[in-house]
Amino acid sequence: MNVLVFSGIVFAVSALAGFLGSLTGLGGGVVVTPVLTLALGVDLHYAMGASLVSVIATSSGAAAAYVREGYSNIRVGMFLEVATTVGAVAGAFLMAAVPVAALAVTFGVVLLYSAWLALKEPKRSEAREADPLAARLKLNSSFPGPDGAVTYLVTRVKTGFGLMFGAGMLSGLLGIGSGAMKVIAMDQVMLIPFKVSTTTSNFMIGVTAAASVGIYLGKGYITPGLAMPVMLGVLAGSLVGARHLMGAKTRALRRIFAAVIAVLAMEMIYNGVSGGLK
Amino acid sequence: MTDRRLELIIGTLLRVGVALAASVVLGGGIWYLAARGMAPVDYRHFHAGPHGFGSLGMLSGPEAVMQLGLLILIATPVARVIFSLVGFALERDRVYVAITLAVLAVLVYSIGSAWW
Repeated sequence: MNVLVFSGIVFAVSALAGFLGSLTGLGGGVVVTPVLTLALGVDLHYAMGASLVSVIATSSGAAAAYVREGYSNIRVGMFLEVATTVGAVAGAFLMAAVPVAALAVTFGVVLLYSAWLALKEPKRSEAREADPLAARLKLNSSFPGPDGAVTYLVTRVKTGFGLMFGAGMLSGLLGIGSGAMKVIAMDQVMLIPFKVSTTTSNFMIGVTAAASVGIYLGKGYITPGLAMPVMLGVLAGSLVGARHLMGAKTRALRRIFAAVIAVLAMEMIYNGVSGGLK
Repeated sequence: MTDRRLELIIGTLLRVGVALAASVVLGGGIWYLAARGMAPVDYRHFHAGPHGFGSLGMLSGPEAVMQLGLLILIATPVARVIFSLVGFALERDRVYVAITLAVLAVLVYSIGSAWW
């Protein structure tokens, strides 16, 4: 295969990754990594570098639209970012001490369960009383609904913050999967509306990824010839995705999210069992 | 400075950063494909080529341009955090200035420790 054909295929795959990643708040790595390694025979180190580039491209590409439209909650994002970035650094330190393969399999199983949970709207009525901490941190906000602004209250802030630390640690340990836990924690635990959860996760993953980019660049995992079609494809896809999110039904978005999470879960279990994650 | 205004400014900042990064990478990409489009692909085995900031001088012309665009893209999330810091400071929101500073400190630590 020559470089032109290869770049064309990678561009097309990345466009799909950017589209799905921007709609689900998961970034593009879920699609990019397995296609590069399994279908195109790219070495895992290069694939990880490309995947990181795809996450930053999805995040910045779609976040420009989501933040302007008022979907992403920048206070929630910034507050939780403390937990995810510290977790990511802790995870990188723990890498030598933790059996990564076993962790990948365990997390894969947890994700499969989460995919099933994510299909349903969480019961919001019982936990409706506001968390005073959310008010103090000014986390409660509103987002543009079909008939004007919809306000929402954020609950269980401390639990959510703790889960974000775990999400960051997993991303430091496993390289992927932090977006999934971010969306699930915001949606199922903090009871933040689904579109706000996914777009805020989308806003956050770029910063979390930037925390590990120094390591990747320093080791030479990011190679420009491969990163070029990934970045351009992902950007194109994420812009289209961001345009579709506004009009999309939450039910449909939940289904897409669950499907992508299920694929991610199986990837993790496969990697854990086959020993691909080192 | 209100939250809404901060959102609009961050949104614009992201848009400009992404557009700039994309045009640089696209320019370098066209040059790269014109020069090397017919060459065979080889990503099967990992061999650490030129890396880090110094790599810009060691890469071939089109690769250096693409790498420069990637570095601009990578800078956008960091710029977003720095700008949020300024925005929260203008809002005189001490709690969020502290929160954003903490995020920035971790970012600087982890990007810096990998390099030096």
